[in-house]
Amino acid sequence: MANAAQHLKITIVGHVDHGKSTLVGRLIYESGSLPDGKYEAIKAMSQRRGMPFEWAFLMDALQAERDQGITIDTTQIRFRTRLRPYVIIDAPGHKEFLKNMVTGAAASDAALLVVDAREGVQEQSRRHGYLLHLLGISQVAVVINKMDLVDYDRKRFDQVASEITQYLCDIGITPSEIVPISAHAGDAIARRTDRMPWYRGATVIETLDRFRLPPDAVDLPLRLPVQDVYKFDDRRIVAGRIESGRLKVGDRLLFSPVNKTARIASIEGWSVRSQPTEAAAGQSVGITLDEHIFVERGQIASHEDRPPVETNVFRARLFWLGHKPLAAGSRYKMKLATAEHQVEVQSVDRVIDVTDLSSRPSQSVARNGVAEITMRARSMLALDEFQRNHRTGRFVLVEGYDIVGGGIVSMEGYPDQRRSLTVKSQNIPNVESQITTEARWRANGHKSGILWLTGLSGAGKTTLAQELERQLFRKGMHVYVLDGDNIRHGLSADLGFSPDDRAENIRRVGEVAALFARAGVVVITAFISPYRSDRDHVRSTAPELFHEIHVKADLAECERRDPKGLYKKARAGQIPDFTGISAPYEPPVSAELVIDTGARDVEGCVADLVEYVGRQFALS
Amino acid sequence: MDHLDALESQSIYVLREAFNKFDKLMMLWSLGKDSNVMVWLARKAFFGHVPFPVVHVDTEKKFPEMYAFRERYAREWGLNLIVDFCPPIEEMDPTLPPAARSAARKTYGLKNLVAKHGFTAIIAGIRRDEEGTRAKERVFSPRGENAEWDVRDQPPEFWDQYKTDFAPGTHLRIHPLLHWTELDVWRYVKRERIPLVDLYFAKSGKRYRSLGDQDITHPVASNAATIDEIIAELETTKVPERAGRAMDHEAEDSFERLRAAGYM
Repeated sequence: MANAAQHLKITIVGHVDHGKSTLVGRLIYESGSLPDGKYEAIKAMSQRRGMPFEWAFLMDALQAERDQGITIDTTQIRFRTRLRPYVIIDAPGHKEFLKNMVTGAAASDAALLVVDAREGVQEQSRRHGYLLHLLGISQVAVVINKMDLVDYDRKRFDQVASEITQYLCDIGITPSEIVPISAHAGDAIARRTDRMPWYRGATVIETLDRFRLPPDAVDLPLRLPVQDVYKFDDRRIVAGRIESGRLKVGDRLLFSPVNKTARIASIEGWSVRSQPTEAAAGQSVGITLDEHIFVERGQIASHEDRPPVETNVFRARLFWLGHKPLAAGSRYKMKLATAEHQVEVQSVDRVIDVTDLSSRPSQSVARNGVAEITMRARSMLALDEFQRNHRTGRFVLVEGYDIVGGGIVSMEGYPDQRRSLTVKSQNIPNVESQITTEARWRANGHKSGILWLTGLSGAGKTTLAQELERQLFRKGMHVYVLDGDNIRHGLSADLGFSPDDRAENIRRVGEVAALFARAGVVVITAFISPYRSDRDHVRSTAPELFHEIHVKADLAECERRDPKGLYKKARAGQIPDFTGISAPYEPPVSAELVIDTGARDVEGCVADLVEYVGRQFALS
Repeated sequence: MDHLDALESQSIYVLREAFNKFDKLMMLWSLGKDSNVMVWLARKAFFGHVPFPVVHVDTEKKFPEMYAFRERYAREWGLNLIVDFCPPIEEMDPTLPPAARSAARKTYGLKNLVAKHGFTAIIAGIRRDEEGTRAKERVFSPRGENAEWDVRDQPPEFWDQYKTDFAPGTHLRIHPLLHWTELDVWRYVKRERIPLVDLYFAKSGKRYRSLGDQDITHPVASNAATIDEIIAELETTKVPERAGRAMDHEAEDSFERLRAAGYM
């Protein structure tokens, strides 16, 4: 979208009464962008009402606003400097109107944060700063307003400037400029005045002109969320806007999360000189495909080699606008790109206090709050991490008729489930063995299956697995333990401990366990296997043979036992992604058996397991 | 992509969202430049089709040129045109100033028509730069049971996620041109060669910059007789677009009152 006349969209945020509207009024006036007669008309109106003229009146065309003296909604005003045109989105500072501030700021390329020189950094200054960061607005400049009311005192400016810089740096924003101004008196808006001879930095207009236009998303991997499928005539047109990357006729597209592929047969156009053969980020397009595959709204088309993440669980940083608090266990409709999903808040992980950036554990998030949460969907989602792709890495939540919150996606601690979903080697027929599993059971004298032990490190999985194996073996059963020692050194020697590698490790263990079980063996596995999705996937490969056994002990107890000294290392930060400390553990929802090692000794626990095996694995 | 491409693409996105989300959807066609651009964008969005009714709320006081234009292009563009008439002025709120009272007929004509056809979503061609209250609009803007607009409590709207859920009895206004300026419209008309009523082009030193009813719309002084001349004029003018619309200027809040009651 590089174009000399491209508008830059800026938002002006800050605490209530710190002078945002005055600054906007002044900017428009000084840049010569006012329609004829507007200034005079508002001056006359002020006189009629017996009020002193205020620059803010220029924008407040609404009666309600003037009466209340605060901007009640986002207003868009255009003006131009010698360099380029601007759209100013004036966002209100009043706490009640955070949704309007978000509405305005989310559409902006850059932001000016206004801070009153007398009052210094206030609650809304911080909250707005934090939200800018959360919304992905990285270009921020600060103006310290009302310098006329502190006698243009340089010391006061330095104080406030250092206070706000400190806060912004803590949340990851580096302000591009910090400008001392008086919007009311007109200092350092379009020109420096001799009332602040000590200030030689940029004026507000120079500051704006130094912001950059948003970078093109064309160099990112292709993301085309399907908006609709049209059949107005004999064409079946897949319509949508390219959010990032580029495509051309002939490209093979992968549609996630259904994982079907087809080639682009044509790019359709109406009233165009010639049919286009390629298209790029920002364009609303319509394409036809060479194969009639199932495509519907909500799917994301990409190229095969750089697809979006597939998952049914993810983390999010979220701002909450709902009147009713967001709580763990609540269900919402989520809109992400063009998709809609039913989601549940699995947990509220921490609520962030934007005034001092401290966080505390909590079960709910109040209106205008910011938090980190974990979400779970009923179905598989296609998405990106916000860091990698803003447009497919953010979502809104809907409750009833209203949008009640927005969030950005992180997959920290969670694997991409695409690999476990995608069968790469297709066209390989299942070879049915001549000898059935049931025949093997009769030969062995017992049924076979997978005893899948899952639980935190130190919960007792390995201890129980080994003792159970010993006792079952003594009873003459065909039994074998798969654990980290015999898998990690061989089959999974190529894998580390990142979420993706752990997911792949569990997939392999699951496949091997299923083979053992089909061969007639009672397989005991002893892996933390923290993700519900991974365990569910193993279950789906051999549902009739799978027994999920939750080896339960609370984190404090496991940490106290710490048989391998791992918790100590994890607490010291020496082990990244350690389950329970820096990575999640998702307990089973409906395990076949729960063994509480915190409540019973090893002997008792093994006795329970032996009793379970006796019941489940006997031949009838 | 240049500036006009970006505007066009965003409007197409909005129109496609509207079409996907609402079965009882229609587009208002006032026969003016903005609504012609809007119909054109719909034809682009839907590859030559306009897959919903196009509605003219007729005050029966439009210029004859406008009626001729309507008949011709409804046919040429294959529009599913619905024309409905407005109630007489005697039924309008007598406390409104005269021109606003006349304009209010359109609000009630629209309300009756919405009720008659059961529309739940109305696409309208308003722009933020036209007028102060329109500057505060949302792209998907809810209206209450009496079509009223609550400017003080509008829904959040960000990341191109729009309000598409609404209570029974209420409806949504959808504004695909909200982010366009008057100049953008003219530049797009030129680029796409979109036909317009020729009242916009100056004759004997006067032209209409904005078209409403004959009795409450006045021409402005201008010698701009071609699109290029209009664009040149707009690049330097400081006269507001709706200067010739009487209802905007009778009292400082008359247009706001009209809009709160359901005017476009």
